[in-house]
Amino acid sequence: MFDTRTGRKLVEVRNLKMHFPIYAGLLRRRVGEVKAVDDVSFDIYEGETLGLVGESGCGKSTCGRAVLRLYDITSGSIWINGEEIGEAGFQRLRPLRPTMQMVFQDPQASLNPRMTVSRIISEPLDEHTRLSREEKTERVFELMDAVGLNRDFANRYPHEFSGGQRQRIGIARALALNPKFIVCDEPIAALDVSIQAQVVNLLEELQDRLGLTYLFISHDLSMVRHIADRVAVMYLGKVVELAPRDALYATPMHPYTEALLSAVPEPDPTIETRKKHILLKGDVPSPANPPQGCNFCTRCPKVMDICRKVEPAAFEVAPGHQVACHLYSETTHETAGETAAIEAQESTQQGE
Amino acid sequence: MTEPVLSIKDLVVEFPFRNDVFRAVSGVSFDIMPGEVVGVVGESGAGKSMTGSAVIGLIEPPGHIASGEIRLKGERIDNLPEEAKAKLRGRRIGMVFQDPLTSLNPLYTIGEQLIETIRTHLPLNEAEARQKAIDLLTEAGIPKAAERMESYPHQFSGGMRQRVMIAIALACDPEVLIADEPTTALDVTIQAQILELMKELREKLGMAVIWITHDLGVIAGIADRVMVMYGGQVVEQAPVRELFGNPQHPYTRALLKTVPSVSGEREEKLAVIEGQPPILSAAPAACPFRARCPQAFERCERENPARVPVGPAHDAACFGDPATGGPRDV
Repeated sequence: MFDTRTGRKLVEVRNLKMHFPIYAGLLRRRVGEVKAVDDVSFDIYEGETLGLVGESGCGKSTCGRAVLRLYDITSGSIWINGEEIGEAGFQRLRPLRPTMQMVFQDPQASLNPRMTVSRIISEPLDEHTRLSREEKTERVFELMDAVGLNRDFANRYPHEFSGGQRQRIGIARALALNPKFIVCDEPIAALDVSIQAQVVNLLEELQDRLGLTYLFISHDLSMVRHIADRVAVMYLGKVVELAPRDALYATPMHPYTEALLSAVPEPDPTIETRKKHILLKGDVPSPANPPQGCNFCTRCPKVMDICRKVEPAAFEVAPGHQVACHLYSETTHETAGETAAIEAQESTQQGE
Repeated sequence: MTEPVLSIKDLVVEFPFRNDVFRAVSGVSFDIMPGEVVGVVGESGAGKSMTGSAVIGLIEPPGHIASGEIRLKGERIDNLPEEAKAKLRGRRIGMVFQDPLTSLNPLYTIGEQLIETIRTHLPLNEAEARQKAIDLLTEAGIPKAAERMESYPHQFSGGMRQRVMIAIALACDPEVLIADEPTTALDVTIQAQILELMKELREKLGMAVIWITHDLGVIAGIADRVMVMYGGQVVEQAPVRELFGNPQHPYTRALLKTVPSVSGEREEKLAVIEGQPPILSAAPAACPFRARCPQAFERCERENPARVPVGPAHDAACFGDPATGGPRDV
């Protein structure tokens, strides 16, 4: 397992916010914003895999894209390999792009159907290197070998391949420029179970061989447990818990993580029938109108008064294990007094 | 012994494709007892959804049932005229699909769609049907059902829409419910809610359920009996605990190993089934799994194994002996 104490931080994300404006009405006035990613901070160490999990709409994909600066972020800072790219413009980003690449969820949509496999894989080489034609062909073959594609298929088109093979093409393209950091956005979600294992094993093998660092975004908690060294759990735009993999799965601290893990059906009838499922009530609130206080307070089975008023800060409960929940903050009892004060204040306001 | 509520025998579903035929379902046979939940698992293209569509008579032309028979409480339903099939659908056989947004009409309110289903099949007047619709929505766990009757599908979340679909499917107390990947499009916490609801409703109504899914975890929690499909055929069939605890077919065993778990042992390396699922044309003359099977031998190339008993209520279609890894002596 990866040791975070000795590692070098390759990626540092601080207070990342990605808000999308909502325009409405005849004059297309700005009426609000969707807080897709709201104040997220994390580090990724060189050579490790950070899993980013959460349900649809929690902002995990937006977070992954924002980290690679595929969006102009609202605020925050992003350091990759010693360079601050949060504010960087197009001109400054371009030479940095080769170090950071992405593998997309849908290999059907992310591969141009009119390009052959060899052109798809060599496109990044055309853009960022000055290799000769022979060198490029050689590199394409090398990459196809690395991801387990037959060299003879270099001149075929994406539709001639199966889903798993298409994902291998996407991975080969991401590897073309020898990146250090790859964001894998749900790379296996569109694949069948027997093919998922093939792709995950390939990603792990490439990581060992090339020393890659992954941000692995997925809603599949059991696959993340398999591939990740540390895991961050997102809910409604915020990271609610971040911990080393074994700690997170053995002792989830945040009530949301607990419920999420208990909801995953186990492929074992003995465990499955004995297991206690924590059923959350209702649906995820809209990120355009998140609740006051803790984002999870509307569905939390352990909700307290303070949760509806004060947003919990991330709190380190064990080395490397952060939780943003009032249950664990030392200040809960002090702030309980504070809450009373706020309540008093609110009631006076209402009285006015 | 009680009579099976649904009985399928040697079902073959074919699609003409250029000058050839593509065989989506290839000789599937099984019975379902009243109140039983049968899980059908397999990967895409294994023929599991096609089996479900054949039962409710919704195979899109040019696809058709090429041979075999489907009996509901003893009477054949596969060769009925279209009108009679339409009467069965929704009345005696209910269905819930993967994507509730495409299954509901966006232009009608939830109430209108429910009342339409109820009045098509049951002799109720508007007011009675309306009351029944409200009761059904309440039963399906939709809060303030009377108010939500006036809402349109887009005003519901994914989980709520699936609850509406369940309410519609159960409107006429069907004898058999076909649930085709009903929780696949949902998030895990919502999936847990829907699974819980389905378990409750099944206890209460006692219908038989065919639960089609690719998710072995879901099957482990809900099914009484499991059928594993591969290449259009049922390759193994057993009670749920027996199947997970004592899988006999090499495909089932490999499939169970490729799925990581959230709480069990964590494997350093995931087991892999090399290769791709087959695309079948015409009647298969060999085992569909042979190309990916670690223990295939010469006979598997020559013959397609039939399902043979391998344990109590447990059968598998394999010539191999799981104990020795070699051919079974039969």
